[in-house]
Amino acid sequence: MFNEADLTALAITLKLAAVTTMILLILGTPLAWWLARSRSRLKFILEAIVALPLVLPPTVLGFYLLVTLGPRGPVGGLMESLGGRPLAFTFTGLVIGSVIYSLPFVVQPLQNAFEAIGRRPLEVAATLRASSIDRFFTVAVPLARPGFLTAAVLGFAHTLGEFGVVLMIGGNIPGETQVVSIAIYDHVEGMEYVHAHWLSAGLLLLSFLMLLTVYGLNRRFRIVQA
Amino acid sequence: MSIEARFKLSKSDFSLNVDLIVPSDGITSLLGPSGCGKTTLLRAFAGLEKCDDGYLKIADSVWQDKQHFLLPHQRPVGYVFQESSLFSHISVRGNIEYGFNRLAKTEQKISLDKAIELSGVSHLLDRKADTLSGGERQRVAIARALAVSPRILLMDEPLAALDSARKQEILPYLESMHDELDIPVIYVSHSTDEVARLADYLVLLDNGKVVATGLTGEMLTRLDLPLARGENAEALIEAVVAEHDDEFSLTYLDFAGGRFTVTRKDLPVGCSVRLRVAARDVSLTLEHQSGTSILNIFPAIVDEITAVGEAQVTVRLLASGVALLSRLTRKSASLLGLEAGKQVYAQAKSVALLS
Repeated sequence: MFNEADLTALAITLKLAAVTTMILLILGTPLAWWLARSRSRLKFILEAIVALPLVLPPTVLGFYLLVTLGPRGPVGGLMESLGGRPLAFTFTGLVIGSVIYSLPFVVQPLQNAFEAIGRRPLEVAATLRASSIDRFFTVAVPLARPGFLTAAVLGFAHTLGEFGVVLMIGGNIPGETQVVSIAIYDHVEGMEYVHAHWLSAGLLLLSFLMLLTVYGLNRRFRIVQA
Repeated sequence: MSIEARFKLSKSDFSLNVDLIVPSDGITSLLGPSGCGKTTLLRAFAGLEKCDDGYLKIADSVWQDKQHFLLPHQRPVGYVFQESSLFSHISVRGNIEYGFNRLAKTEQKISLDKAIELSGVSHLLDRKADTLSGGERQRVAIARALAVSPRILLMDEPLAALDSARKQEILPYLESMHDELDIPVIYVSHSTDEVARLADYLVLLDNGKVVATGLTGEMLTRLDLPLARGENAEALIEAVVAEHDDEFSLTYLDFAGGRFTVTRKDLPVGCSVRLRVAARDVSLTLEHQSGTSILNIFPAIVDEITAVGEAQVTVRLLASGVALLSRLTRKSASLLGLEAGKQVYAQAKSVALLS
């Protein structure tokens, strides 16, 4: 079945997905809210940037991240001069990469959910003495709950399946940056098909169960909006 | 005390420019065709529409002027939207308590129980909003608005989305609310019917501007306004229950111009009522008719005549100073030789009691 390295890879993968999803929900919510509510004429630029990871080859994203976060890159260099270590080939680097890579999968469902609420319930809340923060937490967030579920599951599931970005900036350091998708690749390279089978089936099952949850709990939501 | 409002704002396809003073008690209705700016004006009262050069004073407090703009949640209004817009994620009780819980204890002048009782929703409290009928939803919305102890109640066609049976279900609540709570109401409507029944004061809007303002009774009978020219032109008459006739099962209602006879109503003697007399139900004679089945006949003086279309006229009459309208053919008016100052007898074929 799973050897110890596989289990470690699985643990790292789940941890990466969980941390990434958490960060994305925190960053993505205000971003999605702004995108849903703003009438700014420059909104479309931000929307295009958010959607970029959907179409960009992960290796391109990974390459730029490597250049930026590596020891000679602006961010990596800064970290090094401050006595830290460059972020490339670390778990933190993976998290940064994953956050960018999965951004549209969290922001878009949230934006759709916020847009679906419309202005009216918030206006009603305003006439009932609720300040804008109050309205956000007591009306917008509860009404957008299906969107939050979709966003969380999609963000998590998409991070699980990440390969290209991880390979570029995470390398393949067992116990630190080796995730399941890369472990599977290694097994196949090494002709260890049984291990590859177990890990693949594990990911397949996990992903399917999560999507089942989303579709089962909110039937009215389409996950990927055209 | 009065409400003073000046708003100027323009949107892509529409501009609003009003300068209003209306009484700060009773129900003031904003009446006009759809797209005339009634709703925008109401939203401006609530602070939901921003306008740079606005002024709003409710009784003695200024909510908006050049320097200040109270945000919507800082304005003590109760707002009832056209579609009840209940929160779907909480129960009916949660909806009603939402605003109430956000008030300081000292501001909670209307208790939750009172708001619930006045709107007749006590049996609905544990339901979810989306399981209610249209009429129930709207009553919950009214309870929710009342529960914030508003200084002014803003209602945007609260009955528009309802069929006439549902309207009849809600109107009594609006009336009892009016009678029991001393809160001014601004009521947007496009229905002369509702206005005649509810409004004390009328603001007629068209194309983003105020056409005329005045007491409802006077406005309805002004021949220079579209109301008196419409198919459903009518006069409102304030009367008092004088006595009941048990033999014929009738009730007599006195007004300055005489006495109305209507079928028996269970109202105490001395109680004030509002009567509605449609212009097309009033015919005119030059002499007092005897030998007619019509009981409601009043001497009156022709005040003004205006043509309505090719064939008809509307005649404004004064019966001891109380205005009545009569819709006649132009031919009848000519045969009777009607002109301002002429003495006539107005015969009202039917009368509707409004409250």
